[in-house]
Amino acid sequence: MLVQLASMRDAYAEVLLELGQEDPRVVVLGADTSVSIKTSLFGDRYPDRFFNVGIAEANMMGIAAGLALAGKIPFVTTYAAFVPGKCLDQIRNAIAYPNLNVKIVSSHGGLTVGPDGASHQTIEDVATMRAVPRMHVVVPADAPSTKSLVAQACRTLGPFYIRLSRPSVPTIYSASKDVEVGKAKMLREGSDIGIIACGIMVNEAMEAAETLSKTGISAEVVDSHTVKPLDSETIVRVARKTGALVTAEEQNVIGGLGGAVAEAITESHPVPISRVGVRDTFGESGEHQELMVKYGLTSKEIARAAKQLIKSR
Amino acid sequence: MEEQSIPIGMLLQKAAKIRAHILEMVAEAKSGHPGGSLSAVEILVSLFFYKMRHDPKRPDWPDRDRFVLSKGHAAPVLYSTLAEAGYLPTSELKTLRKINSRLQGHPDHRVPGVEFPGGSLGIGLSAAIGMALAGKVDKKEYRVYALLGDGELDEGETWEAAMAAPKFKLDNLTAIVDRNGIQQDGLTEQIMPMEPVGYKWKAFNWHVLEVDGFDFRQVIDALEKAESMRNRPTVIIAHTIKGKGVSFMEWDPAYHGKAPDKDTVRKLVKTMLEE
Ligand SMILES: Cc1ncc(C[n+]2csc(CCOP(=O)(O)OP(=O)(O)O)c2C)c(N)n1
Ligand SMILES: [Mg+2]
Repeated sequence: MLVQLASMRDAYAEVLLELGQEDPRVVVLGADTSVSIKTSLFGDRYPDRFFNVGIAEANMMGIAAGLALAGKIPFVTTYAAFVPGKCLDQIRNAIAYPNLNVKIVSSHGGLTVGPDGASHQTIEDVATMRAVPRMHVVVPADAPSTKSLVAQACRTLGPFYIRLSRPSVPTIYSASKDVEVGKAKMLREGSDIGIIACGIMVNEAMEAAETLSKTGISAEVVDSHTVKPLDSETIVRVARKTGALVTAEEQNVIGGLGGAVAEAITESHPVPISRVGVRDTFGESGEHQELMVKYGLTSKEIARAAKQLIKSR
Repeated sequence: MEEQSIPIGMLLQKAAKIRAHILEMVAEAKSGHPGGSLSAVEILVSLFFYKMRHDPKRPDWPDRDRFVLSKGHAAPVLYSTLAEAGYLPTSELKTLRKINSRLQGHPDHRVPGVEFPGGSLGIGLSAAIGMALAGKVDKKEYRVYALLGDGELDEGETWEAAMAAPKFKLDNLTAIVDRNGIQQDGLTEQIMPMEPVGYKWKAFNWHVLEVDGFDFRQVIDALEKAESMRNRPTVIIAHTIKGKGVSFMEWDPAYHGKAPDKDTVRKLVKTMLEE
């Protein structure tokens, strides 16, 4: 089968145009990266609802809070390294604390930003945002689910953090109605091991399951695009059924999806778990595929972790 | 400063070589930021080949002058200047942005001569203040230079730092603004108007100088004036052109973060070094 690649930021730019048409309360803010992330397309169509604040992320977040207080639905977008990186305080005190309807959508998350190097690679945003009360945290796996999840976030009251990756990724979802915020999506049934993934690692998880099946291991794959609130019910069910879990994410292994899953299962049905992700180290410059290999963000690494867990059972 | 003692010929030669390196490295990497690297060449050459006291053999010399590249995306101009100065082999420049290389997309301490990992804009002037304060505490003679982008001035932290340096009477600190009029999304005056930029710094109690950032005599004269100023930090607003030296890049915001292809660069470099 031919793998179809599509870009999450193109999908995001498209859905913003639809949302802008549908709901006049939708406004978009950018911080001098809007051509690269393509939110400038929204600005071209709706110039009076687009605000480029320059390279001033903290100001952008504060302005978004004010817009939300005055009844708007602000979408705040720049690179993940700087949102939330430059403005955690504004997100916490001005947005989450008063439970404002601000949608933070960051692009270029994770290591796959590539040659820009560690300063621009965000491996702790999911963990940070997850620790902020009231914040929804969503990490879509592909372009169609990006569209769907962003649209749902727009219609759901409260603060959201949605994290997109830079490279074009294989399309997993055919129809965008397949995903629902807060509901983990079972993509493949299996009985020996459960793989819980989010973001670009969902595709790697699917490939790992395929490889594992060739060695007689039946892997269940779940897209846990909503990291918070985590769909613990589904995850605990997978844990009960398979007896061991591998998590996979383009994030530090500390505090992200792996952390969330570990917390959920230790409280209700502890099983052995192995976390695939960046192993608490900064990244470096390189092509995104090279980085995924060097930092263990591959289907191979997921399969290896799965086999290890099964062997030690 | 005696004008005759400025070795203009040598500085011009260094600038030409550094421009060639910048183009070759970003073409080889197929990514990076040529525009804001090319606009800052004469500023770095004036510092590293004339004004600063530094020793490529002793990058950790405690008494060295320090250069902070706050607009870290201009890493190609910093790496090639450091290479021309002898901090690293020029042959290493082609490893820019490649996996396992020291030459990270944004400045990294693995490279000798790099003082600060600028990358996230807005932090460098604060770090430079810290270095300058430490110099005062230790009664050292060293000076600290920080190069900022004009788009970078959008960051609130820049102005927090701008308030702090005069308070601490940091006459050992010189900030330089690369006033090339362009940031990432377009012209600074459209994205976030910065004029009157000199007056802003004046209002924050800085000693303000404005120069043509490609004129060695003007840049060096300003650096000397900054050094003789007592009790106040100096900011030099260096008027430049983004993409300077490559006609199709000059003034084109697209070349903020886009690499020209290798063939084009080969031709450009040939004419550049012949001149
Ligand atoms: C905090 C932060 N926000 C956004 C970026 C992305 N970015 C890199 S360069 C740049 C534009 C910089 O413009 P300017 O300071 O004028 O630099 P120059 O023109 O000298 O290249 C932006 C927005 C960044 N590196 N850091
Ligand atoms: Mg500029």
